[in-house]
Amino acid sequence: MPVDSYELLNLAFQFLDSFAFIVLATVGLAIIFGMMGIINLAHGEFILVGAYATTLSFHAGLPLPLAMLAGVVATTVFGVILERTIIRWLYGRLLDSMVVTFGISLVVVQLVRIQWGNSLPQIGTPLGGISYGNYSYSAYRVLLAGVAIVVLAALYVLFTKTDFGVRARATMQDEETARSMGVDTDRMYLSTFAIGSALAGLTGALYAPATPMSPDLGASFLVEAFVAVVVGGPSVLLGTPLAGGLLGLVDAAFTNVGGQFIGTVALLLTAIVAIRLLPDGITGLLEDIREKRRETE
Amino acid sequence: MSADTDRPLRKRIRAPFDGPNTIGNSDGFWLSVALGVLLLALYPLLFGSYAAESSSVFLVYALLGVSLTFIWGFCGILSFGQVAFFGVAGYTFGIVSINVSSYTGVTLGIVSGVAVATLFAAGLGYFMFYGGVRDVYVTIITLVVALVLNTFMGQTAGSEWAIGEAALGGFNGMVGVPNLAIGVGETGVEFDGAMHYYVALAALVGTFLGLRALVNSQFGYAMVATREDETRTEMFGYNTTFIKFLTFTIGGALAGLSGVLFVTWGNYIDPSEFAITAASMPVIWASIGGRESIAGTIAAAIAIQWIELQLTGEWALVIVGSLLVFVILVMPDGVAPQVRDLVVFLTERRRERSSETPAAAEEVSD
Repeated sequence: MPVDSYELLNLAFQFLDSFAFIVLATVGLAIIFGMMGIINLAHGEFILVGAYATTLSFHAGLPLPLAMLAGVVATTVFGVILERTIIRWLYGRLLDSMVVTFGISLVVVQLVRIQWGNSLPQIGTPLGGISYGNYSYSAYRVLLAGVAIVVLAALYVLFTKTDFGVRARATMQDEETARSMGVDTDRMYLSTFAIGSALAGLTGALYAPATPMSPDLGASFLVEAFVAVVVGGPSVLLGTPLAGGLLGLVDAAFTNVGGQFIGTVALLLTAIVAIRLLPDGITGLLEDIREKRRETE
Repeated sequence: MSADTDRPLRKRIRAPFDGPNTIGNSDGFWLSVALGVLLLALYPLLFGSYAAESSSVFLVYALLGVSLTFIWGFCGILSFGQVAFFGVAGYTFGIVSINVSSYTGVTLGIVSGVAVATLFAAGLGYFMFYGGVRDVYVTIITLVVALVLNTFMGQTAGSEWAIGEAALGGFNGMVGVPNLAIGVGETGVEFDGAMHYYVALAALVGTFLGLRALVNSQFGYAMVATREDETRTEMFGYNTTFIKFLTFTIGGALAGLSGVLFVTWGNYIDPSEFAITAASMPVIWASIGGRESIAGTIAAAIAIQWIELQLTGEWALVIVGSLLVFVILVMPDGVAPQVRDLVVFLTERRRERSSETPAAAEEVSD
């Protein structure tokens, strides 16, 4: 039976890997789309900025953790500048925000290509591997799953337990009322967008040693991120881990059976079916169930 | 009938194409449309058939843009999946026409290409609209569908991925697709070179007039009402789900037609037609030209592709992207409504100056 348990372990690692990827790709977008109503098609390019800043500062001689910090800072600054100059005009204009951020994404990808060419030397993946039987799995990728969970927990605390979180959520829910109660809504929009950008930067920084550095690396994050936000539904803090769990499981199971390509197609088809069956996502379904239970009680 | 005959002939001919749902109903508008079509028709004569052949794809992509304007601008459905129907029609045409040789195969390819794209759009539309999927979720599902096709077609490189004689070819694409033609067996007409250009132009002008008539018809009013306020329209007894379904299907058919024209232009199609950059181009053309203006979208599609071609260097995408951001921030509805407002403003002022002779009850613009 050891072969079977190795297989199972394989599947578990694959799941952790997919889960981490989906959650980390999604969090930044979930904050910006789910809370602020901005469809950020340039989300992938925020990740790109984080990854490139990390890689470039690593090659400039910074140790990896500091290089990652540099990546996060660079992306936050990038996000704040964009919010002040462009994004602030787009609140409440859902489809316009989509078109404009697509324009931003075109510009950023092309500028990165012009400046650094079609690839950068990749940072080696740290931490080595975990070996079992004939297999081995990258320890760093397992660590990413841990980071994903920590990030989710931190966000949960930030948005539900702190004064800042309450003000931010109040602003997103009802700007007029929040403002009349003394909340500086303009600053809340800016800081929420900054948090979203910082998270995208973190994703870029964390995946810098694990993905090939090319100007179009953002695209590989974008689709999963959108799919997970939509499948997760309106309550993003809860929806992101649930969607990450569901889609991660589908991805891992089908990748294990039929390879990377089958995994991706299965994930996308699951997403289409999920949107069709649950127009309000998983958290919308949970909300419905809770309502019904309250009625019967 | 007698009241009708009192009106000038040009107005009677124009009547079905004019209405409150379209931007541009004045004499000046139609004069510039006629001038535009004339210039496009003269292009091959002025610049030779080689230039016409290479420019034909501009018209084909303009038709793809129009397919989006129709569903987005008039019914409020933003689809990133027009390229999916475009590509599916292209691949279908390739498969059929490579397998069935002679003119019969090509004719059959045209019909089946458009038919498969239409059915695909109808299936997807049924799945979405009758399932209660709406607004931005429609946009995301259509984008995902295009990306699924991109992923799927990209891995069809192996020899097992061939349908009859037609190899799908993975990322390298499907090659050796025949030219556009119509006929049976060995007798038929082939449209290559400048002829392809004229076919594309005819399709574009026909679509333009057809859609103008459609959006100004009773159905068009229902489409616009659905866009403006779906719940209220439903309260008035309209089946808005069916309206959206039908609109989406017609849009898919038009995208399919442009896909067939595309694949016969280059004799080639590859999965990059489904990729996110390609999927966004129709949205860009419609946004910049004005999503409620068919003529505006056509002009923007041709102009943007021309600009991209001129800036063959690496800065092309930077400029197109910045243009997009700039236009949406400054003119949220695109260029066409701005031009209309400018024309109205200028005519009003001219009329005020010569106000001793008040103008007839004729409307200047829409």
